[in-house]
Amino acid sequence: MAGPNPIEQFEIHEIFPIVKIAGYQISLTDAALYMLLAVVLTAALMLGTTAGRRLVPTRMQSLAEVLYEFIADMIRGAAGEHGLKFFPLVFSLFMFILFTNLVGLIPYTFSVTSQIIVTASLALLVFFTVIICGLWQHGLHWFKLFAPSGTPIAILPLIVVIEVLSFFARPISHSVRLFANILAGHITLQLVAGFVVMIGALGVAGWFGAALPLVFTVALYALELLVALLQAYVFAILTCIYLNDSLHPAH
Amino acid sequence: MDPLAAKYIGAGLACIGMGATAIGVANVFGQFLTGALRNPSAAAGERNTLFLGFALAEAFGIFSLLIALLLLFVLK
Repeated sequence: MAGPNPIEQFEIHEIFPIVKIAGYQISLTDAALYMLLAVVLTAALMLGTTAGRRLVPTRMQSLAEVLYEFIADMIRGAAGEHGLKFFPLVFSLFMFILFTNLVGLIPYTFSVTSQIIVTASLALLVFFTVIICGLWQHGLHWFKLFAPSGTPIAILPLIVVIEVLSFFARPISHSVRLFANILAGHITLQLVAGFVVMIGALGVAGWFGAALPLVFTVALYALELLVALLQAYVFAILTCIYLNDSLHPAH
Repeated sequence: MDPLAAKYIGAGLACIGMGATAIGVANVFGQFLTGALRNPSAAAGERNTLFLGFALAEAFGIFSLLIALLLLFVLK
């Protein structure tokens, strides 16, 4: 098989070293740089456009307002009116994932969400928020989450085991879904774009042959744009659904 | 069996999962269309649920693609 290795694009390179603690090299990597970039872009969009608030919003201000309303409606729908106190968490997660996904789609940049460690950290943050807030608010009554009301006593032990297992499987599926979607998308894009170069190198006949994968690359790029938006949305709405369990544990 | 051959066979087997996912995703959109054509006025409100269902179903196909890619490129 010719062509470049499609996994190489996910290697992390260090830009400059900062400190060395206990044998671990702490340095600014391209992953860290693009995470900072996502935070800066989010802050610029949300703070910059709402700094001079107007009654009749400008174009950018209404974009920020639409995003705010979109997430607020999502939380109201999935977790009820009480869920709105988690608005900052859900909104930050959504904007961070949205911007890292979108920035990662620009050629020659780095997609941070294609690293499992990043998505796993975000998913574990949600997981522990659910546990801690659930215990904080409801105390030991929170454990009723694992025993749905109305279950016959005979099958209750089985149901509890299944509920506990599915609860602990959540952070895994939550993080792998985002990471694997972005990873697979970028690998597919690179493979198909590699076909353009490989077929195009065959000479004049190859130039016409390369048109097919070129069109396919553009179509895939549009699909990846959809996936980038959709995965940010899915991550946010699953966060809302999980937070709903910590607010209203009884089924 | 030659380990390299076993690796490629495993990657091929993992891709069967993507076919099953195709059925799942088709089911999501097909059922949505069935419901939406019966009651078009309620369809717009369920579009978010549609995309959520699509993303949840699609993720499992991506998982099996991930296994295939791990077998092909990462496992030595």
